[in-house]
Amino acid sequence: MPTDSPGAMEGGARSGQAAARPTLLEIRHLRVEYHTIRGRMVALPDLSLTLAEGESFGLVGESGCGKSTLAMAIMRHLGPSGIIAGGEILFAGQDIARAREAELERIRGRRISIVYQEPASALNPAMTIGRQLIEVPMLHQGMPRREARRRAAEVLAEVHIPDPETFLECYPHQLSGGQKQRVVIAMALLADPALLLLDEPTTGLDVTVEAAVLDLIDEIRHRRGTALLYISHNLGVIARVADRVGVMYAGELVEDAPATSLFAKPRHPYTRGLMQAIPRMGSNKHDIALASIPGSVPAAGAVPRGCVFAPRCPLVLPGRCDTEPIPPVDAGPMHHVKCLRWQESAHPAPPRQPRPAVLAADGEIAIEAGKLSRFYHLRSGVVRANDGLDLVARRGEVLAVVGESGSGKSTFARVLAGLEPASEGTLLYAGADIASKPVHRRSARQVAEIQMVFQNPEGTLNPSFSAGWPIARALKKLGRGRSREIDSRVRSLLGLVRLPESVRHSLPRQLSGGQKQRVAIARAFAGRPEILIADEPTSALDVSVQAAVVNLLLEIQAERGTTMVFISHDLGLVRYIADHVVVMYLGRVMEVGPTAALYAPPFHPYTEALLSAVPSPDPTAASRRIRLEGELPSRIHPPKGCRFATRCPRKLGAICETEPPPVRDAGGGHLIFCHIPLPGLSAAEPVGSEAPRAQSTSAGAGQS
Amino acid sequence: MPGFLVRRSLTLLLTLVAASFLVFSITEFSPSNVARETLGAYALPEQVHLLYEKLQLGDPLLVRYVRWAGVLLGLRKDPLDNPALGLNIHDPKGPRYLGNFGYSTLFRVPVNQIIWNRLGNTAVLAGIAFAIIVPLSMLLGILAGMRPGSFLDRALSVASITMTSMPEYAIGVILAAIFAVWLKVLPGTSPLVGGTGWPLPSQFVLPVAVLVLYDSGYVARMVRASMIDVLNRPFVRTAILKGLPRRRVILRHALRNAMIAPFTVILLQINWLIGGVVVTETVFAYPGFGRMLLQASLFGDIALIEAATLIALVIAMATQLLSDIGYWLLDPQART
Repeated sequence: MPTDSPGAMEGGARSGQAAARPTLLEIRHLRVEYHTIRGRMVALPDLSLTLAEGESFGLVGESGCGKSTLAMAIMRHLGPSGIIAGGEILFAGQDIARAREAELERIRGRRISIVYQEPASALNPAMTIGRQLIEVPMLHQGMPRREARRRAAEVLAEVHIPDPETFLECYPHQLSGGQKQRVVIAMALLADPALLLLDEPTTGLDVTVEAAVLDLIDEIRHRRGTALLYISHNLGVIARVADRVGVMYAGELVEDAPATSLFAKPRHPYTRGLMQAIPRMGSNKHDIALASIPGSVPAAGAVPRGCVFAPRCPLVLPGRCDTEPIPPVDAGPMHHVKCLRWQESAHPAPPRQPRPAVLAADGEIAIEAGKLSRFYHLRSGVVRANDGLDLVARRGEVLAVVGESGSGKSTFARVLAGLEPASEGTLLYAGADIASKPVHRRSARQVAEIQMVFQNPEGTLNPSFSAGWPIARALKKLGRGRSREIDSRVRSLLGLVRLPESVRHSLPRQLSGGQKQRVAIARAFAGRPEILIADEPTSALDVSVQAAVVNLLLEIQAERGTTMVFISHDLGLVRYIADHVVVMYLGRVMEVGPTAALYAPPFHPYTEALLSAVPSPDPTAASRRIRLEGELPSRIHPPKGCRFATRCPRKLGAICETEPPPVRDAGGGHLIFCHIPLPGLSAAEPVGSEAPRAQSTSAGAGQS
Repeated sequence: MPGFLVRRSLTLLLTLVAASFLVFSITEFSPSNVARETLGAYALPEQVHLLYEKLQLGDPLLVRYVRWAGVLLGLRKDPLDNPALGLNIHDPKGPRYLGNFGYSTLFRVPVNQIIWNRLGNTAVLAGIAFAIIVPLSMLLGILAGMRPGSFLDRALSVASITMTSMPEYAIGVILAAIFAVWLKVLPGTSPLVGGTGWPLPSQFVLPVAVLVLYDSGYVARMVRASMIDVLNRPFVRTAILKGLPRRRVILRHALRNAMIAPFTVILLQINWLIGGVVVTETVFAYPGFGRMLLQASLFGDIALIEAATLIALVIAMATQLLSDIGYWLLDPQART
């Protein structure tokens, strides 16, 4: 029946693949507005989109581009101020934009389900998982309670929850993040919907958990034939899950194309900008700079006339791009792009080789941790958050510490910064042991020389003081500059982080996230630090902003010869930024080595699993999948032998459970703590996109 | 749960001991004052001195506290209950029993003979008021919180702010003026005795009305705020997008979570209703606990003040324990 709708004809004209499937969702000229006290803001001016049955459509773009608004418009749940001001959302022939409330209740949860970010808050904290699940079949299929319960257990088993029966009795707070997201997915699947909306479902989860959730989504899709609308800011994730990809910017779909075509030949300058902003696996700071996109996403209501991307576009032609709205044009089979100049000139490639490798492998030691431990004494036992860390950071290098949440990487950062004292062990800095010296017991010089940039720029600036205040205060407190000089020092520090001087008098709420993080960096550099600890400094930022902040950090760091301890869970970014990497798991070091050596065999099995979990922004990349089974063990009763033994895919046997692993020296400072002898570890194949790197870069080069 | 209850009760017991010491210290810190207040305003200095000696009031505070606690726990005789002192103080239950609060110099009877009766009167008043305040303010708060900015919400806001900012005695006087003086349908005082020409139940109407009007708006606003907060939480969105009808979303998903935060506030109203409704009781000449405490304070009736404060403390602690148990039941996260 739906094949004779006009949308399907359009789809049919594009490609045989889509024509084979009837249209499920057709959005025509959708306009969404928010009516607030400050006036009317247009979130989506005019959006059209078709989705075939069983198709997977990926939607990318930075925050504030209207991706979630689109998902919520499809559910028609826009809050009291959101209004569908025009257009149609035809779902299986029914217009959701005009449906009555009772009709919506029959569509929601039954025909269209949604899974969104932060599974922790998506579940009712005061209800058992079972009660929350059985509601769905009881409501939509009219099942009696007992049958609904059986069905809920079945679906939990389908999303690979072990022992579903006992699980039904659990409350949400008793589950891990990954388990909660599986429950939310199970809830979405219970009524067997035709369309599943996924709004950043893996954002905030660890890579290994993310990989498992993505596998699950893949599996469900192939088993049930559910159509997906997958929203993410992560190009790697989109490349893994989507058949077709749409790029959203300022409420418009600026480009849409089959995934292979989009990732191989991105046409819109924004798409290209996004792709060049993320470090590709295999690239590093010595070969290539990250390309940031200048400026920021315009607020709804302040969208420019003409091309919405024009103010940030490197290819903009004044007088041509900024006069009237740009219509979509065909740039290939099923490939549409809203750009007048998509074939006129190539996108400028990011500058090559900006920073020569200055670092000698045997440079002077800046920090040395010896058997460094940090324990937390809880009523239920002792958490060994850091348990005998041995590591070294050399002067002027970037040492990255990676690991999943619970690995103890942030604890290490806090001990190093003096926010909490170590329980045991030594931490040598400039000849002094600062392990058990919290910040108030450190000398003024030690405090000034070891500074930290925190994860969330929103929380680090006091909202009632201007941005210049924390910088001036740091200068005073750290004794760097007399009071007469402070003014000029503040200005020069703002210059260092490429902020205009006027920012000094702005309040934090007037600054963007990237600007706030720059202020935080300027503050950290006020003490002329020798050691800069950066705890996930870019994880709260959009990719285009992340690129600029990373470039900035690296520039200042190289210029001043600062040693940087970079805490991150983003292995692609670490590959790019770090000279040495430490991989941690449950408070212990698993592997340590120079970056290039660490990302190639021999691998610690944990590192191997982490790397294989990273989704590559290249849909053709063949990736070997190593998945970790089970959950992170209790931090109070960790495994006795190797900490990783309970989840290790290459476990040898009893020895791994009882004996702490020996160190395997792979040469060049590359140490692996594992019972498997070196030849065995070297036999591993390269993982992630490290292996097909040569092909993908050549494909990328061939395109321009 | 049982372990938690035992731990909790022990802490409360400890708090009670500390608090009773504080109460004792404040009322009996100055020993000569104790003797003077016991004997009354017309006692001669020699008499005061004699009593001071007899009661060993020169001993350190801690020693006197232990002695006082001993009397309360029935381990010692009440030193005042001694014909040799010539104070004419005699407790029909004997000089030594558990819960001996001493002798009220104001009412000229043992404290136990007056205090429970007054507490009972207040409990009746508080019970009726509480039974109306809680469901009424919950209903209003939930309805207003469901649609913030609606007519009902605004009307409730205005009404509750007006009522809460009006002093209790003003509400009392206005109500009495309308219903007792002008319409003559209700009694203007509530002494809880017959023979006033008004049936007993009618005497409760005005005091209860004052308490309900004064307090419901406050509680309703708490419930409203919590309801708004919960309705904006993502799990409510999950419930809506599951396709649940709005009624079910509110009743099954929002309500229980919305009760967690105001629960303590609601229980705190019990404390206020028992010990803090002095004004209302005075306006209507209601023979209640609060009015008794006021009278005792003005008169300087040390034993009665101590007893009343301690009882109010025990009630406050009981509601605290109750609110802990309530949390335990309402919020599964509190159980781990």
